[in-house]
Parts: sequence; structure tokens; C-alpha cells
Amino acid sequence: MNRESMTILHHERIAKDTYQLVLKGKLVDQIEDPGQFVHLLIDGFYLRRPVSIADYDKSSGTVTLLYKVLGEGTKALTRKSVGEQLDVLGPGGQGFPLKSIQTQRALIIGGGIGIPPLYSLAKHLHNQGVTIISVLGFQSMDDAFLVDEFEKFGEVYITTDDGSLGRKGLVTDPLSELEGTFDTYFTCGPTPMLKAVSERLSDIPGYISMEERMGCGIGACFACVVESPDKKGYRRICCDGPVFRSEEVVLS
Amino acid sequence: MNLSVNLPGLSLKNPVMPASGCFGFGKEFAQFYDLEELGAVIMKAATGSQRFGNATPRVAETASGMLNAIGLQNPGVDQIITDEVPFLKERQVPIIANVAGSTVEEYVTVTGKISEHVDAIELNISCPNVKEGGVQFGTDATLAAEVTAEVVSASHVPVYVKLSPNVTDIVEMAQAVESAGASGLSMVNTLTGMRINPKTRKPIIANGTGGLSGAAIKPISIRMIHQVYQAVDLPIIGMGGIESADDVIEYLLAGANAVAIGSANFKNPFICKEIIDELPETLEKYGFSKIDDVIGGAHIEKDPTHLLRS
Repeated sequence: MNRESMTILHHERIAKDTYQLVLKGKLVDQIEDPGQFVHLLIDGFYLRRPVSIADYDKSSGTVTLLYKVLGEGTKALTRKSVGEQLDVLGPGGQGFPLKSIQTQRALIIGGGIGIPPLYSLAKHLHNQGVTIISVLGFQSMDDAFLVDEFEKFGEVYITTDDGSLGRKGLVTDPLSELEGTFDTYFTCGPTPMLKAVSERLSDIPGYISMEERMGCGIGACFACVVESPDKKGYRRICCDGPVFRSEEVVLS
Repeated sequence: MNLSVNLPGLSLKNPVMPASGCFGFGKEFAQFYDLEELGAVIMKAATGSQRFGNATPRVAETASGMLNAIGLQNPGVDQIITDEVPFLKERQVPIIANVAGSTVEEYVTVTGKISEHVDAIELNISCPNVKEGGVQFGTDATLAAEVTAEVVSASHVPVYVKLSPNVTDIVEMAQAVESAGASGLSMVNTLTGMRINPKTRKPIIANGTGGLSGAAIKPISIRMIHQVYQAVDLPIIGMGGIESADDVIEYLLAGANAVAIGSANFKNPFICKEIIDELPETLEKYGFSKIDDVIGGAHIEKDPTHLLRS
């Protein structure tokens, strides 16, 4: 992990309140797995913002981030222009452990702004010849992004809260008809969604990626902990995660 | 320039150290720079047994600062001694153990155990984020003196009492722990605060209240140190919103002998090292040739030429 002033190569709105940011810098070389994150410092704001890595290319030294405007800090981030610098700490955390994952048929389940790290994962798995089925959930059609990209990897099921795109409902709705079509699942989204998915698929190996308000982002401050069922009793999302095996953490 | 400072139990190569709770037990920051560059390391609070801390969210941003309510999560004093202290011991850097507890007995037990392995104790009677103990001891001068006296007699090393700013009269608190045998003061812990999310109509932090830290509290801490410096004879480790070498000078002028850097480590993990590197140049900028000349330098009323002018 390092701290670097990265250059903004590209910055555009891709859906409602959702932006794509492409940065160039040396720390891209340190990315080990999809699912890791970078910690962005935004001028005038005290705490860094953790943003998951949606894609990266070591040959060009670029990293792609997708973020959603959720408050004043991310709103201020939208005003950063191409050519400007951004103070980045990263890459942080443990991603999806590509070397140890054993899957032939992967089910990807993403909710809203939890979808970006799954894109990088799906891309890697697809390149390894894994069959990919994706279930992507959004609030509405205006919020949807990366749908065409996921369709390149395989079958995609879309759910929206209002039914304006795909079927109306939750990402857990299509799971019953997908039973038996996958051997491992990978999910990222709001914690209630992760809990619903992991309870529904409790007999299948799974990896979940979590988010939480962070302090340091490097494991020192204990702001972003989640309960674990072992003797240790906790995991730090920023450095032990954000990706965990489903049985490694207790979701509430 | 010689940046060294000598305090009870602590021979510091420079007056800058990371504040308790913002630096874990040092391992995470050792990936960014050599911890031997630091004046000292103040470890995360130790309690008698393992504590899991509060529910999340545990942090919230504020204007020029942040709130936290971690809740003293730590593996307990025994595990800290076996699993965490050795890593710091391998390095040439003084170690200060922050000791917390719910009862006087717990403070005494933890101090007795950990003081055999460190250079000084920071007695934490000022954590605002736990239900029992903590800040109760830090807001009542009689209780503060009682726990200080017990901990001082149980400790093998000098005890610095970390004062809470959540009091009406900080001088009364400082004097109470001084007369109870403290070797120094650590000033100040966080101020109790709250933020509310308009959408949920609930506090952002799960604990409700949290401790306010960062640049927002710096003037309050400076004022309190300035007051206490005049009233007690104890050395002071100053803290609260330090982000630059200029801030360090401000604290030393107010009366601090050394400083601790807290929340700024989250923004910039290199901050302690960067400030240490900038310190000689900054001292020179203001016409100082050694640290000792800065300490308490703002107390001009003690200088007769200024008295004559007024």
C-alpha cells in the first residue's frame, strides 16, 4: 500500500448520481486481486472515502473507479476535472482470492454501488474460462450501469425496486430458478442484501464483499469491524476484508 | 538541530508521537516508515480482558474533524503483552501503554501487568465511549485522584494521566492528579459530540455520542494546556488536531513538552514522520535553536519586560 498523487484521466457521469473515474499512477502495480479498494482524500473533507476498484490495467497503470454521490464529500469529488490530481491511499484490503478460488460456474450477485468490484472479478473469471451468471439489482432504470459489460460474460438477470428495468423485486428473487446452475457465489451490496443472499445460499460456497464507514482504512483504528463466529470474534473490513468467505463473518 | 526531550521515564529523540487509539500497536504504520523515527509510540488502550467495542458505524465526519465511538476494542492486557508489545520492543522507540478500565481494580491490575513491559503509562480516565468507568473517573476530581494514586502505586514506570476536556475546570482536574502522584499529563482526550442523519432521524454513530477529534478541537486543547501549564508543575504531552509542524510549535508554546498526533494519521499515514522531518526548519523559521526554548514560550506574562509595557 502507498500514498500517491494520481492523475485523473477520465471522469464522467454514467448513471443517476453515479460516476466513472479513471486514475493513472504507480500504485496500480500493487493491486493483487479484484475487490480491493482505494482510499480517496477529497479537498476540504477530513476523512478519506473508500472506493472499490472496478477495473485496472497494469500495462497502462490505470485504475477505474465507479462511485455514487451519497453526501457532500462525493458531491465535491464530482467537480474534479480531467488532468487534476487526487490523493490516493491504496490498494487496500484483501480482494477475491483468485489463486485459491475453485469455481467452474460462478453466480455474481450485485446490488447498486456494490456492483463495481464484481465487474473486475467477473472479467478475471471469464478470462479463466469460468461460466458467469449475473444478478444485478438497482433502484430503477436510471440507476443502472455496467449491464452491457456483464452481458459480455454471460447471462444477466436485472431486478429494480420499481420494475422500470428487468423484473420488479430484489436480487434474491431470481435465485430459486437459478438453483443448481452454479457452484460458488460472489456478492457485494448493502449489508441486509448480503445477509439475505448468504442465508438463502447457505449450503453453497460464497464470498461476500462488505462496506462500512472507515477511519484509517489500514487496520489501525478499529472503526470498521464486523463480528466473526470464531474465537477472535471480529474482522476488520478494511484490512482483513472487504472480501470474506460467507462463513467467516456474522452479518446483522 | 537537536530535537530531543527528556520526560519522566521517557528519553525522546523528538517530541512527536502517535496518539493512543489512532495507531493500533504500530504494525500497520510500520509498512509506511520506520517507527524508530518517532519520539515514542502510545499504544491503543489496554483493558483487563478482551473487549469487542461498540456497534458500527463507529465514526462520522464533522467540519474539520471526526467523531468516533470505537468503545476501547482491544484483545486484553495479557494478549497485548504477548502479541503486540514484542513488535515494538524490537525497535529503538519508547513505548507508552494506554490503560483503561471500568473499575479502580481493573486499572490497577492492567497497570501492574503492562508497566513491566513499557516505559510509561498513560492513564486513560477520559474515554467518553464506554458505559462504565472511563470518563466517570475523568470528570470528578476526587475519583480522578483516587484512581491515579492507586495506579501510581501499582506501576513500575511513571504515570501520565490523560485528562478529559469534558469538564468545567480543567485546572482542578490537573491539580487533583498532580497531588495524587502523577508524573505527567496527557491533554486532551476527545470532546463528547453527536451528529444526526436527517434521513433516518437518528445519530450517525451507533453509540449515539462519540468523541470529537481533529483540527476542530485544537484551540480548546491549546487553551486548556495554557491554563494548566500555569497551575501545575507536571510535564504535558499535548494533543488535539495537530496536522503540521506549525501546530506542534503552537502546542509547545502553550506549555506542552511533547505532542501526540491522532486523527491526522487517518488522512495521511506518513504525517508523524513528515512533521518530524519539518520540525527543524519550522523551529528555525520562528527563531528557535532548541525545543526547550519553545516550551511554555507563550506565557509572556512571566517576562517582566512585558509586564512593564502593560
